[in-house]
Order: sequence, then structure tokens, then C-alpha cells
Amino acid sequence: MKVLALSGSLRSSSHNTELLRGAAAAAPAGVEVLLYEGLKEIPAYDADDDLGLDGQPEAVGRLRTALSEADAVLVATPEYNHSIPGALKNALDWVSRPLASSPVRNKPAAVISASTGMFGGVWAAAETRKVLGALGARVLEDAVVVPKAHERLADGVGAELAEELRAVLEALLGEVRERETAAAA
Amino acid sequence: MTTLQETTALPTGTWSADTVHSSIGFAVRYTGTVNFKGEFGDFAASLERGRLEGVAQVASIEVDDESLAAHLQTPDFFDAERHPELRFRSETITRDGDRVRIDGELTIKGVTKPVVIEGAIHGPATDAFGIERVGLELSTVVNRHDFGVSWNVPLPTGEPALADDVTIAADLTLVRAES
Repeated sequence: MKVLALSGSLRSSSHNTELLRGAAAAAPAGVEVLLYEGLKEIPAYDADDDLGLDGQPEAVGRLRTALSEADAVLVATPEYNHSIPGALKNALDWVSRPLASSPVRNKPAAVISASTGMFGGVWAAAETRKVLGALGARVLEDAVVVPKAHERLADGVGAELAEELRAVLEALLGEVRERETAAAA
Repeated sequence: MTTLQETTALPTGTWSADTVHSSIGFAVRYTGTVNFKGEFGDFAASLERGRLEGVAQVASIEVDDESLAAHLQTPDFFDAERHPELRFRSETITRDGDRVRIDGELTIKGVTKPVVIEGAIHGPATDAFGIERVGLELSTVVNRHDFGVSWNVPLPTGEPALADDVTIAADLTLVRAES
């Protein structure tokens, strides 16, 4: 199973990106977590530049292809002003067009979050789940929430968090298998 | 009295929906103002040995917006990938003149619940082309959350945009199957 991991933070030493790397390291056998690193290259959504599936900017096409090739999606997001970071929302907006061709349609997706605040980005995570649902994803409620990330991740992703991340990947794997079983029936 | 007995009896034999002249759809209050409606373009219904059965294809839901149509297919709503059909199967049908009550089981998104459907029944009668028909005008109200169809967004007032109760309606004209 290939899981495309999207970090809502572009910062080089992002806590959320670190969580995704932790997920990759904690992945169960048969699960490959691929960190997507091209979010920053995606331009602001402009319907004038949205010329259909073959006419979107190259950076969008790369993300669309990566999502299409993945079996599941794992998003880790910080919280900016109680909501989704612009770059992440912008990327999801691009790949949502047209909605019937969304590359995450029916694809299992999970959202985890980390922030330096007390609440660990739960609002941004909830809104990201809502947006992924609008894109047609099969959104899981399974989550990892990391408040005070600068303290919690000071020594990296510990064993306890690694186990939580592994559980989210297991949940995604279960959904992917169910899809495969249904498709084979 | 003979006429009354005929009109209160349930039709015997096998009948199937003339889908060109029949419809199955849903209606739900949206933003507290409008009764939003959608229809299933692809469905089938039959009445056989006193049992009414129907099936509607989720993929055939028709609404007048491409993005909404796409969203309705996803796990947020009907989850067509896993649950491509809505199904109904009656247990008992009770006719009283031109009124009918149907107790049965409705399956939406893989969840089966008992429902009571009430409505009108017309016929059997022979139409202008010599075809025997039975008409059923049916509707029932279900709470969509009972079937796991729970998407919503809050309005600026904090109230949910989409109501819980959904009316499912079927206008069926059933023709007698050739024996």
C-alpha cells in the first residue's frame, strides 16, 4: 500500500513533516509512506489558469499524479488562525477540479495534526477532514493530535507517538484492503 | 358492492414499473428554506404475489449541479462505491379504497431499517392502449442519520444547512407482465 503524505507546513523543520517522517518509520509491513514535497510550487488557485485536467499548472499535475498513484492519503496539518494553512487548502482546491475527477475520490484518507498550542491543531484537522470529504475521499476519524509539539517532539517522534501513527496507518490499510476486496468481488 | 370489492383488493399477478412514466426521488430541506429534490434516473420496481420491491441506482442520481452530483456519490453521502443501490422490499401491503399502507424494509448505504410507506393506489385499470396498469403514489420520511448519511455544514446562525428528515417518494405506474 502506498500512502501519499502531505504536510500542511512548508517549514523545513516542520513538526507536522516530522510526524509524517515518523509515520513512514513506523509503517507496518507492506505500507510505504511517500512524503510529497511539491506543495510550495503550486500557484494560487485561479479559475483562469484551470484549463481542465490536461491544462492545469505542472505543479498541480504532479500532485494529482502522486495522489492518483497512492492507495491512501495521510495529511498532517498545523493550524493557522484556527484553520487550514493556505498552501494545503490551495493544493486541495486545485485537485478538486473537476470534482468528479478528484484523485482522492473514494480513497481512504486520514488527518493528523501538531501545533505548538494547547489543542494540537484539532480545528485545522477537522476542517481538513471536511475538505477531503468534499473531494470525495473516504475520510477516517482515526487521528493523532500533538499539542505543544515543540516540547513533545523535542527529542523526535517517540515510541508512544510512533505507535499512534502506526495505528492510523493500520486503519488506512484496513480501508484499502476493504476496497480491494470489494473491487475483486 | 362488487365494484367496491374490486377496488379494495390488491392486484394479483406480476406487475413491473413502466419507468418512463414513473419516478423515484428524494426531498430534503436545505438552508431551512427550500425543499431540495433529486431523482434516480435508473430504477426498477415490481409487484408480485403481493410484494412490492424496488431498487434505485445511486450512480443515476440526477441533480442540476455537476459538483453536487459528484459529491452525492461519495462517502459523505450515499457512498456509491460500497453501496451502489437503494433497495425496498415490502412485508405487508394494506389497501383501503384508494389508500394504501406498505410496511417494509428500506436499505440505504448498506443500512436496512423498517419503514412505513403511505399513499394512494389506483387501479388496476386498462389504459387507452389496452395495457393493464396499477398506480402507486408513495412517500415516506426517514431520518438520514439512521442510514449513516450524516453530512452537514453549519449556517451562519449555527443551525445545520441540511435537515435530518428526508422524504423519499415514488410515483409508479406498474404494468401487468405478459404471462
